[in-house]
Amino acid sequence: MKILAAMATTLMCVGLGAQPPTAREILNKVDANALSESKIVTSKMIIHGRRGTRTVEAKSWQRGNTDSFTEYLSPPREKGTKMLKLGDRLWTYSPATDRTILISGHMLRQSVMGSDLSYEDMMEDPSLENTYDATIAGSEEIAGRPAWILDLKAKESDVAYDKRRLWVDQERFIVLKGNLYAKSGKLLKQVVIQEVERLEGRWVGKSLVFKDMLKHGDGTRMVVDSIRFNPDIPAHIFSKAALRR
Amino acid sequence: MIRFLLKGLLRDRSRSLFPLLTVFSGVFLAVFFFSFMNGVMSDMLKTTAHFQTGHLRIMTRAYAAEADQNPIDLALVGVDKQIDQLKNLYPDVLWLPRIHFGGLLDVPDAKGETRSQGPVTGLAVRLLDQDAPEQRLLNIRESIVRGRLPRKAKEILIGDAFAKKLNVNPGEKVTLISSTMYGSMAMANFTISGTVHFGIAPMDRGAMIADIGDIQYALDMDDAACEILGFLPDDIYDDERATTMKTAFNREFSKPENEFSPRMGTLPVESGLEMYFQLMNSMGFIIVGIFVVAMSIVLWNAGLMGSLRRYGEIGVRLAIGEDKGHVYRTLIGESLMIGIAGAVLGTLCGVGISYLMQVHGIDFGDITRNSSMMISNVYRARVTPGSFLVGLAPGILSTLLGTAIAGIGIYKRQTSQLFKELET
Repeated sequence: MKILAAMATTLMCVGLGAQPPTAREILNKVDANALSESKIVTSKMIIHGRRGTRTVEAKSWQRGNTDSFTEYLSPPREKGTKMLKLGDRLWTYSPATDRTILISGHMLRQSVMGSDLSYEDMMEDPSLENTYDATIAGSEEIAGRPAWILDLKAKESDVAYDKRRLWVDQERFIVLKGNLYAKSGKLLKQVVIQEVERLEGRWVGKSLVFKDMLKHGDGTRMVVDSIRFNPDIPAHIFSKAALRR
Repeated sequence: MIRFLLKGLLRDRSRSLFPLLTVFSGVFLAVFFFSFMNGVMSDMLKTTAHFQTGHLRIMTRAYAAEADQNPIDLALVGVDKQIDQLKNLYPDVLWLPRIHFGGLLDVPDAKGETRSQGPVTGLAVRLLDQDAPEQRLLNIRESIVRGRLPRKAKEILIGDAFAKKLNVNPGEKVTLISSTMYGSMAMANFTISGTVHFGIAPMDRGAMIADIGDIQYALDMDDAACEILGFLPDDIYDDERATTMKTAFNREFSKPENEFSPRMGTLPVESGLEMYFQLMNSMGFIIVGIFVVAMSIVLWNAGLMGSLRRYGEIGVRLAIGEDKGHVYRTLIGESLMIGIAGAVLGTLCGVGISYLMQVHGIDFGDITRNSSMMISNVYRARVTPGSFLVGLAPGILSTLLGTAIAGIGIYKRQTSQLFKELET
């Protein structure tokens, strides 16, 4: 029965002249939509904890896939805290102590500002094509949009999530939902896009919920307030000296 | 009669020496073992109460469920008001807030870059209070190895071994990297005022002691604490009172539907040492029981051997008309004297050695280096009135019991057969 259904699908595709894209092509298009030479993003993290909700605002400057500089703007306690990522190294600066600390080892697994994101999540290579091999597991409608279901398996063993299952919008090539798994197959995190907007010719997830499945609470809602693709960013931003400025 | 029996015992050492040595050894071991176990268990409970649980511990229900992970996000809030309320309810109990926290201690170089870094287990207490009972409970003053006690805000103590590992000295600045109550990364600078050695393995591995006000500020825990500890008057744990207080408090304040409502627990339950606690209460009975059974068997055997050796003597005494009951009673009388002498000597030696071990102790630091138990590395015995009593009665009782069983054979001797037996 399954074979017959598969044959029917193949014949329909041939008959209609529409070749379904390969998993690699889909990943390539997802990366092309999401990645840029540089980016400036102002965003909010609305963190739903067991004791209430907090909002943290930040501005980030990104250069390629490897470097970023983030300054936290609010609440007052976090204001002035900065983070610098250069390749596989991450520093944080706290104005209260006037100290710059390299975040490494088990600290990378800690939460960013109490959110469901870890520093390890920040260190990930944003290019899915570079990190994972993909296969198409099917298609499904999600949030009213037709989506490819992709199963991703890490090419190397030193990534935070060994497997991912992504629901990719078939027309916009933006990830609408993602389940992130450990090597054991345990679901660690889940991301669900709530709002998509077209900005500067790209589809951008304006609002998404990132949930650490091992934590209590309703997850962290991330809202993009503004985004600029490919602006000129001075090189000095991506230096340790910029942390203390 | 007593003098006669005593002379017999002194002149015929084979009749007295072995049973005396047996009773002496048994009583000595019982007294020493009792005092040693008493010392170790009391020390463990006291250390656990002072460093971990108090006699009573109040936490939120959510915190209590994950207490081994020190989840500061689930801490008690409005602590000052709660302590005032507790002081009104139980004015003779000492109530103290504490925060347990973890993180990294980072030592900067001249340029502010990381020179060394290590994981730290922190304890925040009311360190700067004028009367500062915490200094006494944690034995801080006596535990200082280098430097001095913190005198002002932002001064801390760290473990001496930890300080050596980080290559840092009193007077130097360090940065605590941890998480706030809301999960954000927290960084705070402190000055090391001194180093400490508690002699308790889990406390000496990467320990940091800070004033609770500083840690509340650093970890964004305004008027919050992980727990409120209660210490009963004279620092003596009274299980009956503690249990009554716990029941009344939980009935009044602990609400199952609110995971942040407070709940109270008692020392044995909070520390997971309930079994030890019961064992400690019944230890005297256990030791006495084992002692009486073992010694009775040994002394029964000794009595049987003595009866065999004195087979002829008893036969002659019966043959010349001594009553069987009288012979039996004289044997019991002899064993009573041996029992009293052995028990007194054994108790004196046992108490003496135990007292020496109470004063000096034995350092098991090398063995307990990786231990997670809240017990001093120096194990000490503890001499109590029970130490004097634990061996006396069983020492005498086991001798009497052994002789009484062995002596039954006297009644089995047939007077008509005695001369025939004596001829052979």
